[in-house]
Amino acid sequence: MPVITYRDALNQALREEMHNDDRVFLMGEEVGLYNGAYKVSKGLLEEFGEMRVVDTPITELGFAGVGVGAAMVGLRPVIEFMTWNFALLALDQVVNAAAKMLYMSGGQYPMPIVFRGPNGAALQLSAQHSQAWESWLAHIPGLKVVSPGTPYDAKGLLKSAIRDGNPVVFLEGEMLYNTKGEVPEEPYLIPLGKADLKREGNDCSIITSGKMVLVAMSAADQLAKEGIHVDVVDLRTIRPMDTEAIFASVRRTNRAVVLEEGWEVCGIGAQVVDYIQRDCFDDLDAPVIRVHQADVPMPYAKAIEKAAKPDVPKTIAAVKKVMYLEA
Amino acid sequence: MAPKKKPDTNGNAALHKELLHHMLLQRRFEEKVAEAYALGKIGGFCHLYIGQEAVSTGIIPLLREDDYVITTYRDHGQAIVRGVPPRNVMAELFGRVDGCSKGKGGSMHMFDRNVNFLGGHGIVGGHVPVATGVGFAIKYRGGDQVIVCFMGEAAVNNGAFHESLNMAGLWKLPVVYVIENNKYGMGTAESRASSTMEMYKRGDTYSMANAVVDGQDVFAVREAATAAIARARATGEATLLEVRTYRFVGHSMSDAVSGTYRSKAELEEYMKRDPINLLKATMTAAGELDDAALQAMEQEIAAVVQDAWDFADASPEPPLEALYEDVLVETTAG
Ligand SMILES: Cc1ncc(C[n+]2csc(CCOP(=O)(O)OP(=O)(O)O)c2C)c(N)n1
Ligand SMILES: [Mg+2]
Repeated sequence: MPVITYRDALNQALREEMHNDDRVFLMGEEVGLYNGAYKVSKGLLEEFGEMRVVDTPITELGFAGVGVGAAMVGLRPVIEFMTWNFALLALDQVVNAAAKMLYMSGGQYPMPIVFRGPNGAALQLSAQHSQAWESWLAHIPGLKVVSPGTPYDAKGLLKSAIRDGNPVVFLEGEMLYNTKGEVPEEPYLIPLGKADLKREGNDCSIITSGKMVLVAMSAADQLAKEGIHVDVVDLRTIRPMDTEAIFASVRRTNRAVVLEEGWEVCGIGAQVVDYIQRDCFDDLDAPVIRVHQADVPMPYAKAIEKAAKPDVPKTIAAVKKVMYLEA
Repeated sequence: MAPKKKPDTNGNAALHKELLHHMLLQRRFEEKVAEAYALGKIGGFCHLYIGQEAVSTGIIPLLREDDYVITTYRDHGQAIVRGVPPRNVMAELFGRVDGCSKGKGGSMHMFDRNVNFLGGHGIVGGHVPVATGVGFAIKYRGGDQVIVCFMGEAAVNNGAFHESLNMAGLWKLPVVYVIENNKYGMGTAESRASSTMEMYKRGDTYSMANAVVDGQDVFAVREAATAAIARARATGEATLLEVRTYRFVGHSMSDAVSGTYRSKAELEEYMKRDPINLLKATMTAAGELDDAALQAMEQEIAAVVQDAWDFADASPEPPLEALYEDVLVETTAG
């Protein structure tokens, strides 16, 4: 099976879906001539032309709304945000328009649109460029929120997101674009709303998604050397969340760590812990522990930036803690 | 303001009657809405269009069936002129299942796919990018449709307006942006909110054709809109039309008609130019309208409005199952 980057997997997904369906177009800053700020759209302008690969002014609110209007009358826009930090300027369109249109029109206007782009921290980009937005977006009924961690998942989920009849928020990771993985040549889809058990072990469940899947897998490798075997439950889709997959894992391991990239307060982990306590209370042998970013804006300086981020040592320590082992 | 031509009324009696009917229906319908609101049959925010009827009437009937209309929360009149049945508009106001949005939108969110009425929207300026996207989709498909986007003059100071018109000017999109300048955004006079009183001139910034027109004169509105729609259809280019009008009622049902931010004297001055009376006067002078004809029209409209009320009143509330419907569509991807 070919091994390709996460970036190329997304590129393949876009290319295939644009071939499949001429209602699909890509719009955003630098997506065309520049080939994408992170080169995800490389070659697409050449292949599909200016009407379908549309460079915009720096006008997030405006072009997100253009996507909403186009979706309202039957096109299938893929709106790229250079990063989700900038999408904050467009949230009125994502939240007040895209997520509500079907409901407030009494079911008359579906909104088949994808909003995508890199989410979360890269390296030393400091406070305004290093934020994970999933809990903000997953809060909203009417949206689906997807956060793939591997090239295989990225491709299959993006294709499904584009075919979905609903607004899908698709969270990529700047630090993921260069990561590699196996991606089959033949076309495939991964359904939204289905988690993937990325690794099996009976001692503890690590529940995570997106870029943190890599952290969890690496923590799992190291723990295995110490004889501790963990489940890694990759949620893949944050909304709707595959709670059955979480419960199945926790019922087997009786212990859980929830690992997320964003902040603690009102974070995704809080929701996962709530689901677990409601449905798996009697299965638990220890309180669930959360691993997340420090409750501060992201600093620039290397050492304190590292200290702010969730990482492998913090995840290992959390697993040991829920197992009542010495760290 | 540009001097307006004297309308050529010759031989257009049927059209004038139709325009008068549109305006009167909106007026009587909304008077009934006010009554229902007072009785508690309608809840929430409710913004009436009384005084501004020549704007919807001067523009919407010029559109083709496959064109689009999008607007703000002040949307009852435009919905009706576009062809959303008054029954379903009233039922929506009453929060009933036969409402044009199944009782889920209310006064501010009238939608009707059957007549390409893309909604009343509640975020000031928020629908302007959406309209621009509809324009983009028309161009994408190579069609010759047009979208008309109504907004209040307060939206012009909003970033969404700037972002949208910049793209529409840059990409040449078939959108007619209509500023309904009724001089106030809630209680804030335009002079207290805008750096310029010549809203239409903002079109120059976006290389966009623009015009200003007397919004109480339905013929003037119609003439300006005809040019804007023809331009969009023929060349795919946008127009910014400022229509100067006035609302004869409070901002919403909870706002006094006059008092703090505008005087009774000012209101009375503007009410002398009631668009309905202006049209009636023109028609009477041209011998197109007499008392009997007017009476007949009023009676017919009263019956339509009463029927809308009765229909809405008889329509059931949405069943509790409806609460969880229409959040997402079912999709088969996977
Ligand atoms: C973004 C936003 N800010 C504030 C409001 C509250 N609000 C509703 S209508 C309105 C005034 C708008 O005035 P204008 O655009 O002139 O339209 P008009 O009501 O006069 O028709 C305000 C401030 C809102 N709905 N949306
Ligand atoms: Mg106003």
